[in-house]
Amino acid sequence: MTLLSFDWAFIIEKLIMIAIIVFASLGIALYTTFGERKVAAILQDRPGPSRAGPFGLLQPLADGLKLISKEEIIPTHANKWLFILGPGLAMTASLMTCAVIPWSTAVDVFGRHVALQVADVNIGLLYVFAVVSMGVYGIMIGGWASNNKFSLMSALRAASQAISYELAMGLALIALLMTTGSLSLKTIVEQQVAGNWWNIVYQPLGFLLFFIAALAECNRTPFDLPEAENELNFGYHQEYSSMKLGFYLFAEYINMIMSSAIMASMYFGGYDLPFFNEASVAPNIAALIGVGTLLIKIVLFIFLFMWIRWTIPRFRYDQLMNLGWKTMIPLALFNLLLTGAVILAKL
Amino acid sequence: MQALTNKAQAVNRAPMSFWERLYLINIIKGMFITFSHMFKKQPTIRYPEQKREFSPVFRGLHVLNRDEAGRERCTACGLCAVACPAEAITMEAAERQDGEEHLYREEKYAAKYEINMLRCIFCGLCEEACPKDAIYLSETFAPANYTRKGFIYGKDDLLIPNPTTEAAAFAAAKGVEA
Repeated sequence: MTLLSFDWAFIIEKLIMIAIIVFASLGIALYTTFGERKVAAILQDRPGPSRAGPFGLLQPLADGLKLISKEEIIPTHANKWLFILGPGLAMTASLMTCAVIPWSTAVDVFGRHVALQVADVNIGLLYVFAVVSMGVYGIMIGGWASNNKFSLMSALRAASQAISYELAMGLALIALLMTTGSLSLKTIVEQQVAGNWWNIVYQPLGFLLFFIAALAECNRTPFDLPEAENELNFGYHQEYSSMKLGFYLFAEYINMIMSSAIMASMYFGGYDLPFFNEASVAPNIAALIGVGTLLIKIVLFIFLFMWIRWTIPRFRYDQLMNLGWKTMIPLALFNLLLTGAVILAKL
Repeated sequence: MQALTNKAQAVNRAPMSFWERLYLINIIKGMFITFSHMFKKQPTIRYPEQKREFSPVFRGLHVLNRDEAGRERCTACGLCAVACPAEAITMEAAERQDGEEHLYREEKYAAKYEINMLRCIFCGLCEEACPKDAIYLSETFAPANYTRKGFIYGKDDLLIPNPTTEAAAFAAAKGVEA
């Protein structure tokens, strides 16, 4: 009977956690679309959406309703199965990342010690990496299944872009790994909470490289070549309509949130509020403050993403590849060497 | 070659320096430019609630005027139609009968007076040509319409309300016009 005697409360706890995190990320993603439009407007001296509800706050709901009520079109020559799989995969891959993000310190609920993290796997970073590289399959399959030359071009671009920038991203991560000595995101955050400095101080170049690669992985401007409105007609989601298109657009925003959360956790102390001693308040309140801090960091990162999007024009394809292979990877290797040298010198 | 203006600038073809090639510094400069725009005044006019003031010389839809007694001023002389460079105005004249003196000021009046607002270029030459002060350009513009026919404005669209019988409507029309 040992098989049946596992901790049911543990499973319920994790299920609730998953539900909360998934729905929270969906909700935040919904309002990130609103934020994007508002930020774009304000940076361009416009008021932005302001009609639906107070300050236009109901705009994302109206957008969602509109997307759902649109006709669902599957092109005649499209591969139906793959055509449906594409957006689903994009969405799944972007949502899966949130499993390893430590949202805060543990809370005590009904005498139970509940860690605010879905899974504290000891290979958290590798997991993130694996899932992020899955994300490109959604785009690739969608682009391929559409049976449209623009979509196919865009899928090719997305795939090569993802591969090129994953290398630099991985190398930047390895340097971080060398300083922290752990692949678990929770351990990395706890080290930053306990230590004096956040990892950004030890790895500024690594962060810069990771950030640029994250922009490319999220297909955000200036690396939004797979979408490239003016040359590829929206690229991989050109043939998509209704909620399938919505899934693609949503996946992009969830990717943004997740990469912001990961960057905040790895380089900016995660749920660590600076100049604040967590032990001085009750653990539950400390956890709440931690969640708030992480959310603020995520929002700031998302703003940075948007700010960049509405400032910088898109790269040309050869510039993208040059930057990826000739600049980012050598810099990442240099960063790796530098980190190694410093660690050796300290020994 | 002699330059026509002193605005010409030679293209700088010097190779980019290391910092320029790094690109990041210029990106950050650009980002601060966009950031500064967050605090700029928005020129937006939220249309249905706020309206942009027309300039005092704005020339909009035509109005056929009446005199103080509420009689139509137009005598159908056709000078406006002749002056019109877009040939937007057509009219048919009719003679004033006995007992119609309270309707028309002159002995001849326009039985039909049409302006095609799609042809009209709102130049105001009709207003200048009119010897009887009968036609004016107001400060409203032609609203959208579903058909081309809808843009041909007849007398009932153009005539200003009668100041003696519909004083309030006349005042409103005058107010827009002023």
